Amino acid sequence: MSDNNNAPLLQLDHIGKEYYGNRVLSDISFSIEAGEILGLVGENGAGKSTLLNILFGMPVISSTGGYEGSLYLDGKQVNFTSPTQALAAGIGMVHQEFSLIPGFTATENILLNREVLNGSLMSYVFSERVSTLDRDAMKARASEAIKTLGVHISPDMTVNEMPVGYKQFIEIAREIDRKNTRLLFLDEPTAVLTEQEADILLIALGKLAKSGIAIVFISHRLNEVKTLCDRILVLRDGKLITDQKASGLTTRQIASLMVGRESLRKEEPVEIPDEPVEEANVNDALTTTVKKKKKKPALKVEHLWVDMPGETVRDVSFEVQKGEIFGIGGLAGHGKLGIPNGIMGLYPAGGKVRLFGKKLTLNRPRAALGRKMAFVSEDRRGVGLLLDEPLDWNITFTAMQMQGRFLIGIPHIFQLRNELAMAKETRKFIESLSIKCTGPNQKAGELSGGNQQKVCLAKAFVLRPDILLICEPTRGIDIGAKTLVLDTLKEYNKEHGTTIIITSSELEELRSVCDRVAIVDEGKIAGVLPASSPAEEFGMLMMGEKLRSALAYTE
Amino acid sequence: MIRKLFDIIANNAVPAVFIIISAFAIPLSGFSASYLVQELLTRIGRNSFLILSLLIPIMAGMGLNFGMVLGAMAGQIGLLLICDWGIVGIPGMVLACLIGTPIAIVLGIFCGHILNRAKGREMVTSYILGFFINGVYQMVVLYLMGWIIPITNPNLLLSRGYGVRNAVSLSGIRAVLDNLIPTIITNPEGAKQFLNINGSGSFLLLQLPFFDGAIRLPLATFIIIALFCVFIIWFRKTKLGQDMRAIGQSQSVADSAGIPVNRTRIIAIVISTVLACYGQIIYLQNMGTLNTYNSHDQAGMFSIAALLIGGASVSKATITNVFVGVVLFHLMFIVAPMAGKNLIGEAQIGEYFRVFVSYGIIAIALVLHAWKRNREREAARRSLRGNKGGNA
Repeated sequence: MSDNNNAPLLQLDHIGKEYYGNRVLSDISFSIEAGEILGLVGENGAGKSTLLNILFGMPVISSTGGYEGSLYLDGKQVNFTSPTQALAAGIGMVHQEFSLIPGFTATENILLNREVLNGSLMSYVFSERVSTLDRDAMKARASEAIKTLGVHISPDMTVNEMPVGYKQFIEIAREIDRKNTRLLFLDEPTAVLTEQEADILLIALGKLAKSGIAIVFISHRLNEVKTLCDRILVLRDGKLITDQKASGLTTRQIASLMVGRESLRKEEPVEIPDEPVEEANVNDALTTTVKKKKKKPALKVEHLWVDMPGETVRDVSFEVQKGEIFGIGGLAGHGKLGIPNGIMGLYPAGGKVRLFGKKLTLNRPRAALGRKMAFVSEDRRGVGLLLDEPLDWNITFTAMQMQGRFLIGIPHIFQLRNELAMAKETRKFIESLSIKCTGPNQKAGELSGGNQQKVCLAKAFVLRPDILLICEPTRGIDIGAKTLVLDTLKEYNKEHGTTIIITSSELEELRSVCDRVAIVDEGKIAGVLPASSPAEEFGMLMMGEKLRSALAYTE
Repeated sequence: MIRKLFDIIANNAVPAVFIIISAFAIPLSGFSASYLVQELLTRIGRNSFLILSLLIPIMAGMGLNFGMVLGAMAGQIGLLLICDWGIVGIPGMVLACLIGTPIAIVLGIFCGHILNRAKGREMVTSYILGFFINGVYQMVVLYLMGWIIPITNPNLLLSRGYGVRNAVSLSGIRAVLDNLIPTIITNPEGAKQFLNINGSGSFLLLQLPFFDGAIRLPLATFIIIALFCVFIIWFRKTKLGQDMRAIGQSQSVADSAGIPVNRTRIIAIVISTVLACYGQIIYLQNMGTLNTYNSHDQAGMFSIAALLIGGASVSKATITNVFVGVVLFHLMFIVAPMAGKNLIGEAQIGEYFRVFVSYGIIAIALVLHAWKRNREREAARRSLRGNKGGNA
């Protein structure tokens, strides 16, 4: 393998990375020996994907100015500028999304672009690509790679006929078949697997490591990481927080290391308007359940599923009380954004949603808006705003369409926009939300991110909603605007008693604004906790751990 | 079970409808079997090569190559030049191919580069590109030929001294390939009669005992088409063919596996354009006249219609589809006018019907393709959710 046997297989020395002045990784140093399994855990934005991009030579790194520090493979410094170089050096990667060709068989996928070719005269005249494929040899090689994993999959089965779990094995088999693969990165390989499938995969990975392949295992399922890995690395805010033997850590410790923002915890106790008991004692869940039944919830969601690409919601049930600020958190891609989008009818959805006890028609945004729900989309520029139209249009548009306000004339026959009323209303919001603009006539697209977000809020407030659903209220806006947006929401809730549901990737933000926070994990609610619960409990929920106390709140 | 049956019918609905229409139209037209077979054989020889040239881009996921008219134009330029130079027979055809090939390659590379910038909208892009190149072709043929490109044969030129006439007679190469190996199919009795009239000349006589009448078989053309089919079967088995299949199904996966996606797509279009160039030359040698400003226009549309009638879709086409399509489409061409005349007393109705059908079938195929793709996307999204919940 290597002429220098003392050097570790891969060594990272003070690796750091900045994107446009925004530091995402700093001072990462660790090493991996052959046959070792390393667990890499961290929240969203902790820097995991950036680290992978650096190691795998993704073009996004070199096109944004490269990285700091140095990488050593077998003691020799390397700097990959394309994935092909990383592959050639023996680094394999299994991505979270399947990169398999659906109509191809297992064999064809495992040997994609590495097909065994029959020699022919033509290949001398033209190129290798005009040689025919040696199907028998290909099948033999594919079978061998599958066998190494210890599973039984027919090499002739086409991928689109396979259960999801099989696909993951085919992906890994593809990396194994590459004879020089010595280091394998697995990004959330078990996310789509059932428990049994995941178990088989873990055993297979253990076997692989014994054969001398080093594995970096990235997962949010902490118990898997703990069972499989020799060492665990925790990343937080771009820094390496810990690098120690897995045997010395409990999943709870790992979770608190990952979240680890105890110092930022809110000082004042949280008030939950309708359920003061809950916050006081978690074990009193039973009594609170009885209490809850007396009141009709503002929003009751039962077995909701939503087909939102990248944010699939599988089976979600929860209740939101009137006047409450309810938070929905969780890792990206686990479906938290799918919940409000599904309730508002923007993506195909099913299940039961009750609004003040009455059933809500799904899949029809008009029905949702008609029931006095307002929505602030996470896709501000795409869904939230008409970028080429002035502010007053943007703010009053939905009210005009849904409630017939800001119009003069005879309804349904001849109506005109009431420009005066529109401008007046818009000025009111420009003042109260301190939107920085030249006036109601400025185009929405010309404003900064934070001010655009305020316009989106104003657009929702104009509807005088009973329930306000807000996705990622502070995404892409600066800190000053963040506080203002969050304060506005709190104030609005206090003044009008509006029920607000906030979906956000920033746990701290949810904990500072909300009364209760639900954590979504793999398309399901992992648990609902009062915002005052310790951060590590939220962390555990995000990592797929079940908490008894949280389950009680979910009921 | 019922679902499977439904799928089989749905997947073959188009050819089935055409078979049913033909079953009614053939007796109505009153044509004899030998006439129909003769016409069909001629048209299979004439059109198959053009249609086969569509298969490779479909394999590479680029849809129906409306840009094949680019190749057709390249072939026509070759034909115009050999007409002027007075080179006749097979050498003339070969020379026309040799002149057309580099033009077709250049046009193919050009087309491929443009389609790589319009991924996912290849069909409409190549269709419009056909119009654009048609403009360039017309400039070359209408203004440059006889002025910058020397054309000496006055029969080719317009009376003003430059520009090519609308109708050019290809008498020098008319049917040279079709008649290279003259072949007659007839019954033993007919064979005897034939020999009495023509003497035992250089004809290849195939005798079928129960065959009524006598028909000519363009054997050499058929051999070339057969060779082309063998080429396609071989091509599918090569690494390049495998790469194209992979790209056709998922460009991003193919790309991450290190397959040069853009380059491979350009190769697919170049192969298709060059083959369309040869196809057009074969087509025109059978017709015997070149309609300078229109011939290529129809080549694309009718070839695509025929392929779709054969049961192909935008994303999947086989050699069988080509031959089923060419037979059904041209059966319609042959019998519809006569059936219309016998039924309503007007041949126009048949003509109208066949034009309507060929455009209609392309429209239906495109709509079906979009519908299927949407359904697949939805199914993929549902599968992410596992078995929870129901359908939207």
